[in-house]
Amino acid sequence: MFHRAVEEISTGSDSDYSRCWVSWFLSSKGNEYFCEVDEDFIVDRFNLTGLNSEVSNYNQALELITDNLDEDIQDDLRASLDVQARLLYGLIHARWIVTTRGLQKMLDKYKRVEFGRCPRVMCQQQPLLPVGLTDTPYQKSVKLYCGRCEDIYSPKSSRHAAIDGAYFGTTFPHLLFLIYPNLIPPKSGPPLDSASTMRNEPAEGGSRRRRNVRDEIQEAVAGDGADINTSSVALKVERYRPRIYGFQVNEVAKLQRWQEALRDRQVQRLEALEDR
Amino acid sequence: MPRPADPDPELQEDDNDDDEIMDDQEDGYTSSTTTSTVTWISWFCSLPGHEYFCEVTEDFIEDDFNLTGLNVMVPFWKEAMEMVMDIEPDEDAATKIPDVSIVESSAEMLYGLVHQRFILTRAGLQAMIDKYENNAFGVCPRVLCRSSTVVPCGRSDLPGLDTVKLYCPNCNDIYVPPSSRYQGVDGAFFGTTFAHLFFQSYRELAPAPFYKPPPPPSSTASSPSSNASAIEPASEAFVNPNPYGGQKRAEGAIYYPRIYGFKVSERAKSGPRMQWMRVRPESPEQLDRVDWRGHWIGEYSDDDDDDEDGGEMEMQDFDPDVTYEDDDDEEEEEEEEMQAEPPRASGSRRMVGAAGVVQSARTAPTAAGLRPPAPVKTQAINIPRIASSGQVRVVRQYIPAAA
Ligand SMILES: [Zn+2]
Ligand SMILES: [Zn+2]
Repeated sequence: MFHRAVEEISTGSDSDYSRCWVSWFLSSKGNEYFCEVDEDFIVDRFNLTGLNSEVSNYNQALELITDNLDEDIQDDLRASLDVQARLLYGLIHARWIVTTRGLQKMLDKYKRVEFGRCPRVMCQQQPLLPVGLTDTPYQKSVKLYCGRCEDIYSPKSSRHAAIDGAYFGTTFPHLLFLIYPNLIPPKSGPPLDSASTMRNEPAEGGSRRRRNVRDEIQEAVAGDGADINTSSVALKVERYRPRIYGFQVNEVAKLQRWQEALRDRQVQRLEALEDR
Repeated sequence: MPRPADPDPELQEDDNDDDEIMDDQEDGYTSSTTTSTVTWISWFCSLPGHEYFCEVTEDFIEDDFNLTGLNVMVPFWKEAMEMVMDIEPDEDAATKIPDVSIVESSAEMLYGLVHQRFILTRAGLQAMIDKYENNAFGVCPRVLCRSSTVVPCGRSDLPGLDTVKLYCPNCNDIYVPPSSRYQGVDGAFFGTTFAHLFFQSYRELAPAPFYKPPPPPSSTASSPSSNASAIEPASEAFVNPNPYGGQKRAEGAIYYPRIYGFKVSERAKSGPRMQWMRVRPESPEQLDRVDWRGHWIGEYSDDDDDDEDGGEMEMQDFDPDVTYEDDDDEEEEEEEEMQAEPPRASGSRRMVGAAGVVQSARTAPTAAGLRPPAPVKTQAINIPRIASSGQVRVVRQYIPAAA
């Protein structure tokens, strides 16, 4: 079954023969949210630290992912190995997408709106990013984060609702906006969909290691988005106001006023911080 | 008369949709062409994309009073009415109609506008709650609304301006229907009022505006009794003291972005700016602390210092920081483990909150004074000022050095 994608290998990857299993995995229905993990990230055992205790038949699963698995292996073992290989790839993926290079790959998918758009009407079709509610596998399915309303949504399609959220992790979208504050969506008006709005992207880092990420964050934050001020953006948020024959619904209006008073306090607080 | 086929079959080819509607289409189509027992209204309501419509009763349509003003909005009024009511047109009249598809779209407009009015009547609300209870409208896509049931709504009462949307009574927000087959359905056919009249009429389905998280599971000891105590809050009857308000316990958890297990601080540029939109006060009294202009009662906006401290405290108090994790054990337990937090100072804060000791203090206007003054200088590394309860946050939040 792993040979299904053989035709695609030559085009899909730069490392000529090897990306058989990965291309098959990525092209499977329901796996659209995953990006391709660079091979040198996978073969660097440092990046896989600790995963051997999460995945049974770890070594063979890894061999399967890197297409080094012994051909003579039993079919029934192979089937179970496939499950483990998916788990392993997912866990590697969660680590990969919080590296500079992995963020870039996911950013490309985000620009192509491959994760769908926010269902909230006032978000005006804001593109979404995948996120997990936990970093432990087999707990919660993947959700979608909207950078405009800063909330999480269930994927529309049931085949995405079956993907493990731990394969994307809790950190990814928030790290993305931390590193690229220019990409933080505006709170009103149409979303900045197009690639032309992307500025000041950090240089491509090749396959950098995970341990460098924190340093990179520091650099990126220090050098990036100095002109960005988000203290009072919440004042621009458009809200839906329930009405009955044109009149606001009493209890809902009261709640909304209370919430907006809370918002105003936060804005004051943030502006005060800025002045100091 | 032959029924028009599915108005736009292409609409169904949406990859993202779960395709459960093909059967409906088949049924609607065949029954309408082969048997004449199905009324136009039943047929119309069974079309793909028309799942949100209820069947308007014929006596409602026959009462001219209910149609007041609609005839100017619908071309070929008489012919459209005959089509909707399954009346065979006059022989000579039929010849005047330029194109049957024009009458069909008129009939749709007529039915839609009548529908907008019908669902505001007692019979219409009843028809819609029947659909609601059969899950015809779906659930809120927002994860933390936990599958709250939504109802259709329009953003305008005039046709031709916007398509149908879904209103969630828990987050009081509106959403694009999950399937593209609703993209051809006019929102005016449901109108701006219905969704809210619906939840006013069925208050037991409307979430209350306040939300008190259940007490935290006894985290100190994992004794077998912890299971029993976890069941208690659910069995408590829920009461909203406002008899005209929502009588259902709200889903009040909100989302906290995290980086490597730490909450992203609001001090970061990319920090949370929208949580206020989903936060609820813990008690109905707290709602009264904001006046009709949206100002905190007993506070003056000029009065900077008090205001700020109060503000910080307010956020802290209502901050489901505390509530989300605590109320949400099934969702968050595993995440808690991942965080590798220091045994936390926040524990004491939780206890206070949970014990309700602070409750009266919170509602009092002087609440800010009851807090110990902020140990400002001892704390901050690169942040000049941290308000009293902010200490806890500093431990737990992810604050980029440059923010
Ligand atoms: Zn959104
Ligand atoms: Zn909702």
